[in-house]
Amino acid sequence: MGQTISEKIISNHVGKKVYAGELVVSEVDGCMASDTTGPLTIKAFHEMGGKKVFNSDKCALIIDHAAPSPNERIANLHKMMRDFAKEQGMRLFEIGEGICHQVMVENSYVKPGDIFIGADSHTPTYGALNAFACGVGSTDLAATMMTGKIWLKVPQTIQINCSGKLQDGVTAKDLILFLVGKVTVSGATYQAIEFTGEAFEGLSLASRMTIANMSSEMGAKTGIVHPKGLELDYDFEAIAPDADANYIKTFDFDVSGLEPQVSAPESPDNVHNISNYEGTKINYAFIGTCCNGRLEDLDIAAEILKGRKIHPDVRMVIAPASQSVLLDAISNGTMSALIEAGASLITSGCGPCVGTHQGVPADGEVVISAANRNFRGRMGNPNSNIYLGAPSTVAASALEGQIVNPKKYLV
Amino acid sequence: MSDVQTNIKAKAHVYGDHIDTDRIIPGKYTKTLDMTTLANHVLEDLDPNFNKIVQQGDILVAGINFGCGSSREQAPLALKKSGVSVVIAKDFARIFFRNAINIGLPVLEIADHNIQKGAELNIDLKEGIVKDLTARVTYTATKLPDIMINILGEGGLVNYLTKYGDYSL
Repeated sequence: MGQTISEKIISNHVGKKVYAGELVVSEVDGCMASDTTGPLTIKAFHEMGGKKVFNSDKCALIIDHAAPSPNERIANLHKMMRDFAKEQGMRLFEIGEGICHQVMVENSYVKPGDIFIGADSHTPTYGALNAFACGVGSTDLAATMMTGKIWLKVPQTIQINCSGKLQDGVTAKDLILFLVGKVTVSGATYQAIEFTGEAFEGLSLASRMTIANMSSEMGAKTGIVHPKGLELDYDFEAIAPDADANYIKTFDFDVSGLEPQVSAPESPDNVHNISNYEGTKINYAFIGTCCNGRLEDLDIAAEILKGRKIHPDVRMVIAPASQSVLLDAISNGTMSALIEAGASLITSGCGPCVGTHQGVPADGEVVISAANRNFRGRMGNPNSNIYLGAPSTVAASALEGQIVNPKKYLV
Repeated sequence: MSDVQTNIKAKAHVYGDHIDTDRIIPGKYTKTLDMTTLANHVLEDLDPNFNKIVQQGDILVAGINFGCGSSREQAPLALKKSGVSVVIAKDFARIFFRNAINIGLPVLEIADHNIQKGAELNIDLKEGIVKDLTARVTYTATKLPDIMINILGEGGLVNYLTKYGDYSL
């Protein structure tokens, strides 16, 4: 019987052919925790009798969710992480080095065919790399750090097949927002997603990360982009599904006519064509996050903002996904274009997306954000409203002070 | 079951579908190891009153996709510390579901429940039987995989691994 990508990757790890529904204990190829989940992970690791992590080269800690520390309480949690990393001889990515998912990919902690476990819900991002990557909580991660293993139910897989090429001015973010709207926030709970078809084949690694990233907004255990067209700077063996693999459901969409998409408050699946929201006044524009803080995202914003000024009633915050992204954006002129247009640059990290610091909206304010979540209170204030869109939409809306279709600035 | 009470009789607090972890515990409160801080802000953006009315042992009841969003284990920890003894939902987001079991907070999936606010419930956790004493209806929860029953039976994953040192299916 044919296998899906997830079934193949898990089978390779457990040494026998397994299929959806089977319970397995598998070795993992890597794991990580952030400063939201890391302190509880360390506490649980000690409580369960952990002495040494299973492999210090395969475990990492990242300080990204509240970086640099906004108060003494969080400063002390960060210190706890630094001390643990030093004691264990494992790498700790410091404040400003970047968002966990970005630095895991940039530093090759995860590779095609791997099983990777992260104490962060957006861990499925690595499905861009043809890896099986799952988010877990702190205690699960502590157990993985101690044993090098995870228990899993082999998931059923939903296939999402998108034919057609995206129009100019329509991006991977628009595509994944559209798909989240169709599948809904609970449409893939406990399941894996395979993204396949022409629309994904020409996408860059960064765009594939945007796609896989929002698998978690559909409740999925993991979301893997078909490896066709994937280019990496090292050799790898791609894992494609068998032609007779068994899918619990298949979605088919022709996305050649797709227009930019917006997710309205207060659920990521409240997605509509941008024309439904054009003219909505905004106060605050944000580009960054594990979803859309990469170089191509900043570049497209700069293309729109270069030589222009953002609207006087709007403030704009930029958080590059990593230091490496920031340096590239400085070298190619993108960063000066954004700052000259009036944007404010903050430390690479999760920033305003998790509502801890670095830009909390005021009561009644409206945010247009390139992030992946717009739950009530997500950015720290339950009395504000968050719209999600592509970086291009965020940049164009910042210029005009209202939600606008970015296409006129791009094509 | 060592740490977990297996027979629970208490009142139900009932909420709707898609209660995300930002609503269970906002991100701004998650960076702490102090469980009381978490409990003080539990469900704050959903029902600011919850923290004042919840009693030790009470039962939280919800619709579909309970606990969607972030992987923060602080969500089930905040509920547990506030006094919630068990969460019943039509279904759960997967990370929340694992986290709850791992910290020893029982979760029961009952796809077709119609439990109303204030209902008195009598729960047999071992059998997964929920009696709604107010509406006089009995429900049977979806059975957990054996490994989860064993983890919950030890009071959570910390106790399970302390005892066994490794996973066994």
